[in-house]
This record gives sequence, C-alpha cells and structure tokens, in this order.
Amino acid sequence: MGIFNKFKTMAANRRELDELGIDPFSIQVDRIISPTEGMINGRHTILAGTNNYLGLTFDPKCIQAARLALDNEGTGTTGSRMANGSYSGHRDLELELASFYQKRDGIVFSTGYLANLGMLSTLAGPDDIVLLDADCHASIYDGCRLGGAKAIRFRHNNPEDLAKRMRRLGERTENTLIVVEGLYSMLGDKALLKEIIDVKKEFGGYLMVDEAHSLGVLGEKGCGLCEELDVLDDVDFIVGTFSKSLGGAGGFCVSNHPELDLIRYSSRPYIFTASPSPATIATTRQALRALSEGTHLRKRLHENAENLHKGLSELDYTLGASPSPVIAVVFEGKLQALQFWDNLLKLGIYVNMMFPPATPNGSYLIRCSISAAHTPDQIAKICEAFAKLKPNT
Amino acid sequence: MIEYQRILSDIYDGLRTITKGRFDIDENTELAEQLNLDSLQIMELILDVEDHFDISIPVSVLKDVKTVKDLVIQIEKLSRGE
Repeated sequence: MGIFNKFKTMAANRRELDELGIDPFSIQVDRIISPTEGMINGRHTILAGTNNYLGLTFDPKCIQAARLALDNEGTGTTGSRMANGSYSGHRDLELELASFYQKRDGIVFSTGYLANLGMLSTLAGPDDIVLLDADCHASIYDGCRLGGAKAIRFRHNNPEDLAKRMRRLGERTENTLIVVEGLYSMLGDKALLKEIIDVKKEFGGYLMVDEAHSLGVLGEKGCGLCEELDVLDDVDFIVGTFSKSLGGAGGFCVSNHPELDLIRYSSRPYIFTASPSPATIATTRQALRALSEGTHLRKRLHENAENLHKGLSELDYTLGASPSPVIAVVFEGKLQALQFWDNLLKLGIYVNMMFPPATPNGSYLIRCSISAAHTPDQIAKICEAFAKLKPNT
Repeated sequence: MIEYQRILSDIYDGLRTITKGRFDIDENTELAEQLNLDSLQIMELILDVEDHFDISIPVSVLKDVKTVKDLVIQIEKLSRGE
C-alpha cells in the first residue's frame, strides 16, 4: 500500500457509505434552477444547504456585471497579482471593502480559505501564538500550521477560558493573535465578541474575526457581528469570504494596521495563486453594493430563519442554537442521521450532513442554511418534510 | 518543573475517568487505537491537561502524541518551559 496506507480509515468510511447507498459528500446538482431550487437525482429539490444567504447568485445586476466584465476583460487573469499585475477591479474592490468596514485598507484573496491561510500564516510566525476558539474553521488551523505559529485552543465561545489561557502566556500576549468567528458555521451560534474584546483589552494582543458566515447576515449594513455589536474599532483584522452571502468566490481581510499592505509581499497564498477573474470581481462588487443599498434581503433572511427555527422547534427537534440562518438539527447516531438526510432528499429537500470531527461535541448534524430567496411556501415544505420524518421518541 | 511520575499518575487518573475504567492503562497504551479516544476526546483531554498542570499545549504537539508516555513527555517538557 505504501503512501496510500494513511487512507485506510477513509477507505473504510467510504465503503460503509457505499454499502448503505447513501453519500451526502458526493451530491451532484444536475441542474441549478434558482438560488433555492435544483434538480438532484432527477427530482426537483429545494436547496437548503447552500450558504446562499441572500440569494444573490441569480441577481440580475450581479449577472449583468459579470457579463460586462467577461466582454470587456476576458475570462481570467492567467496569473498572480504579484507576477502578472492587478486589474483595476482588484484594487477597487479592496478599497470598497475597506470603506464598507470603515477600515484603512483591504486585501483580496482568491478564496475564503486562502484569506485565512494567507493572513494567519503571514501574521503569526514561529515566535507568535494564536489563541483560537476550538470550533474555528479548518482554514484557521491550516493557516497556523503553514506559518508555524504556536496554536493554542480555548473552549468554544468561552471568554473566561480564553482569559485563563492569556494569563498563562504572561508577557507573550503581546505576540498573541486571538481568532474567533462571527457566526459559527456548524451550530449557527454567535461569538461572545464583546466579552472576548474585554479579554483582549485586559491582556493585550491582537484580535481577528472571521465573518465568513455573518457577512451580509448581521449588522445594519451587513458587515457582520462586529457591526451588529458596534465593535468594528476594537477588532484588528476582519476576514471573510465572497462565496456565501455575496454569491461569488474569493476572500478578503480589512484592517486599520498600515502593515496590512506588507502582507501582500509576504503571504505565499496571496503571491503564488492566480488572482480572481474579472467576472468574479465584478459580481462581488455589485453584490457588495446590494448589501449597502438596502436591508430588505437581510430582513427576509431573518424572517425565514425565524420561521424555520420555530417550525422545527415545535416539532421538538434538538436544535444547535437560537434562530440564525444556520439551523442545525442534532442527531445522536450516525446511521440515524444518514438515513434522515437521505429521506429528506427523497422528499425533495437538500440540506448538509455534518460528521465529527468537523462538528462540536462529536455530534451528527443535519444543517440547514436559509436564504432570503426561500419563499414562505418552501419554508413550509421543509417543515413538512421534517414533520413527516420525525423519529418516534 | 513537574516530575514525570506525578504527571503519569495524574494522566492515569484522568484517562480512567474518561474511559470509565474499561481499560488497563500503562505508559505504552495508545490513546486513539487502544482507548478508542476520537480526535475530539483527545482535544478535550488536552484542554483539561492544560488547566490541570497550568501549561499551554500547542495543537502542533499533538502529532507527536500517540501513547500515554508521549503525552507525559510533552507535558514534562512544557512544564520546564521548553
């Protein structure tokens, strides 16, 4: 077996799914119809597992912006910004993001994963410490590993636990970066950001907030949790992605620290990656304008989330957190969760299946992500399907 | 610095609690393979160990920890400030 030995456990897991005939990790949408509908296995399916929070993937203005960019600037940039140069749209988007967050400057990366990888691996080197929430996304862990920083976890959303670990670091806190997420993607719970900022103020260090799931979702303008809690000035670095609420692909970081620009010349995931295509940049800029222009999409998103959360609560499902656009239903057993997921799909509802170790507390999660584009009828249909499949207690 | 034997004894106690005394544990016992601890349980164990010994254990250290002895050695090193 040689180099393939390490895949033995994975191969066994894959065989188990094959034998069951259920595979949530290889789903194919044969035809995408709208932000909330697609054809899967020949069946018209309501999509409730896409992170398409504002439903902007089919927004006419975003599509028009992409078409114009394709016509005027071509299909791709064919290289990195460092080697091949930036297009004006790259820099314009960075400045627009900085202005959106009222920060001094911004950097755009080619994906959200690369934004975390690029920022963390460059900001935190071998002499630095990253104190990260235990439930942080894999990209944050990977960024720490690439940069060689000492990554130390604190218990999920537990500012006292963070304070205990900061205290333990003594003077090293001045070389410490705290990393949390605005809205955690597994259970849909928000960071206790004000309390975490209090810890940072007491002990020192820097704070990075990943607003991947909260951009477009929280705050009056849709900046995320930092805006909702009015703490934008207390956060050193905000990272995020274009691939969820903004309906595109890419990632970013904004900051008031003037050194942000130096990251550009030091960050391998920035330097050695092809830059985002003109169409991607154009749709993102238009989507960002849509966020700034009105709150109607966010209002509809939260109404939909409230309605689904209420519907599933009334069915006595165990839910991961209070209402948010991520609604996770907790299952005890793997087989039960898999069969439930499959039966939902057969009823024309697509959601996400989440397994440990990606999930907190070793739980099995059926995760719904709600969109502003879901209609009341679609929310009702999702609730009906959950009612039909309610396990006997 | 905390002595090896004291760390070992405390780790035995902690592991017996987690595994509810279902296994015979010695220095060569493998945490994942023999005690059936999954990655989350090991992470939780590390958080408890950090608090118990008042040390910080970087996530990267975990790749070198397979057995009880590996864990004790790492704790000993970190308690020496290495």
